[in-house]
Amino acid sequence: MSLKNSLSSPVGKKLITGITGLGLVVFVLLHMIGNLSMFSGDDAYNEYAQLLASFGPLLYLMEAGLVVFFLFHIVNGIQIWVGSKKARRMGYDTYRSAGKPSQQTTSSRSMIVTGLVLGVFLVIHLASFKFGPGGPGNADPSYVTSVAGEEMRDLAKLVHHKFASPIYAFGYTFVMLLLVLHLRHGVWSAFQSLGAMRPSLTPIVYGLGALLGLAIGLGFIALPLAIYFNVI
Amino acid sequence: MAESMNIKLKVWRQAGPKAQGRFETYTVPDANPHMSFLELLDVLNEQLIKSGKDPIEFDHDCREGICGSCGVVVDGVAHGPQRRTACCQLHMRHYKDGDTIVVEPWRAEAFPIIKDLVVDRSAFDRIIAAGGFVSVNAGSAQDANCLPIAKTAADLAMDFAACIGCGACVAACPNASASLFTAAKISHLAMLPQGAPERKSRVTAMVNQMAEEGFGDCSNHAECEAVCPKGISISTIATMRREYFKAMLG
Ligand code: HEM
Ligand code: SF4
Ligand code: FES
Repeated sequence: MSLKNSLSSPVGKKLITGITGLGLVVFVLLHMIGNLSMFSGDDAYNEYAQLLASFGPLLYLMEAGLVVFFLFHIVNGIQIWVGSKKARRMGYDTYRSAGKPSQQTTSSRSMIVTGLVLGVFLVIHLASFKFGPGGPGNADPSYVTSVAGEEMRDLAKLVHHKFASPIYAFGYTFVMLLLVLHLRHGVWSAFQSLGAMRPSLTPIVYGLGALLGLAIGLGFIALPLAIYFNVI
Repeated sequence: MAESMNIKLKVWRQAGPKAQGRFETYTVPDANPHMSFLELLDVLNEQLIKSGKDPIEFDHDCREGICGSCGVVVDGVAHGPQRRTACCQLHMRHYKDGDTIVVEPWRAEAFPIIKDLVVDRSAFDRIIAAGGFVSVNAGSAQDANCLPIAKTAADLAMDFAACIGCGACVAACPNASASLFTAAKISHLAMLPQGAPERKSRVTAMVNQMAEEGFGDCSNHAECEAVCPKGISISTIATMRREYFKAMLG
């Protein structure tokens, strides 16, 4: 069988969602930790952003990898969802979960919804920050600062500016809560998708995965709320 | 009769595969706690026949939870509320006088409705035919124990072989996926030396057939394990995936 056929098989699709899902989890975890540098001051945050930018071609390579991961993740997720609708055109009059050991939850049933909102959010987020004032193709002298004699983009100023707006601060918070829901089912699910699960491990991995999702979500939410409520 | 129960049933009626179906509501005034759920349907059918109506078609055979013929969705749960129990072994003592019970067929495009509560599960036969067997050149029977198999492997293989092919896993799955059924057979044979030579072609062919039949993909809701009358674990699905990855590597 060709690789393309294998990857589009029911198991191949899970290989893709599993690998891209875990890859994206690592990405959001690192991104969240990076954001926390703002709590050490605007200069620390700008220096961190500058450090990433200084990676040059390596950064582009990582960004290209991220784009590929996102695209495969989204396309696969949508395919699985569409396939599930086609596989049962007429639903039940009455349907409920039978309970344990089922892992069916609001999280597991809403992966497509939380995922699609995350996708839309991603576009707005990139347009506001990465490609916002002072970013690539959008030079803006008022968003340039100098830290320890080095000229760099004043991303911290942009972050403060955006999160002073309630729509931005609370919209961001809401979407991050959806990320927590996505990861509550997602982290455990990815390991099961990759065949790396045993019954004895399931409750532990499910619990730790949900905690990781919660930690990532709360870590992201800390910054907009701290800025909006003038804590930093 | 002090134990007599009045049970209301809301049942899916559909005259044929292409016909428009609908729910009908019936009352069984003389149900009792000792009846099985299928016996309740029997009593209702006698009632319908006596009043000149079409009885409700439903599948059943052994009525002791071993053949896999029966299977309907009872109040939203495949095989009904009792864990690890096929609906033929569900008893009316779990209900009380005055209850209303909703009864629907398995719903999946790969399991087309034949009539009322009876669905066509031959898609499962085609998945098995794609590779769920061990090819043997028949000769005289081998001596028992000439192929040593560890007790743990034999026990696990037996757990996985317990699948009765009822289809509850598909019915309960939000995606109408047949992963648990398919994985149970793949894992059963992968545990045993007799199954080993064909493991790669088996997993590839069975997984492809599963997709071909129009079942959905698995999203790891694990609802299948919760309704399976044999308690087949989703660890079989993890095993199926590992088997498939090994086959992909050649
Ligand atoms: C950007 C838009 C996104 C969409 C449209 C999306 C969609 C989905 C869908 C539909 C699933 C379920 C797949 C299935 O049913 O098996 C899923 C699973 C998953 N998603 Fe996302 N997602 C998105 C973003 C993310 C992000 C940002 C992360 C990580 C932080 C993530 C991590 C995961 C993980 C770990 C899984 C479990 C994979 C598996 O079950 O094998 N997703 N995603
Ligand atoms: S895996 Fe369980 S629910 Fe599915 S067909 Fe086999 S016995 Fe029925
Ligand atoms: S009739 Fe045989 S399992 Fe229910």
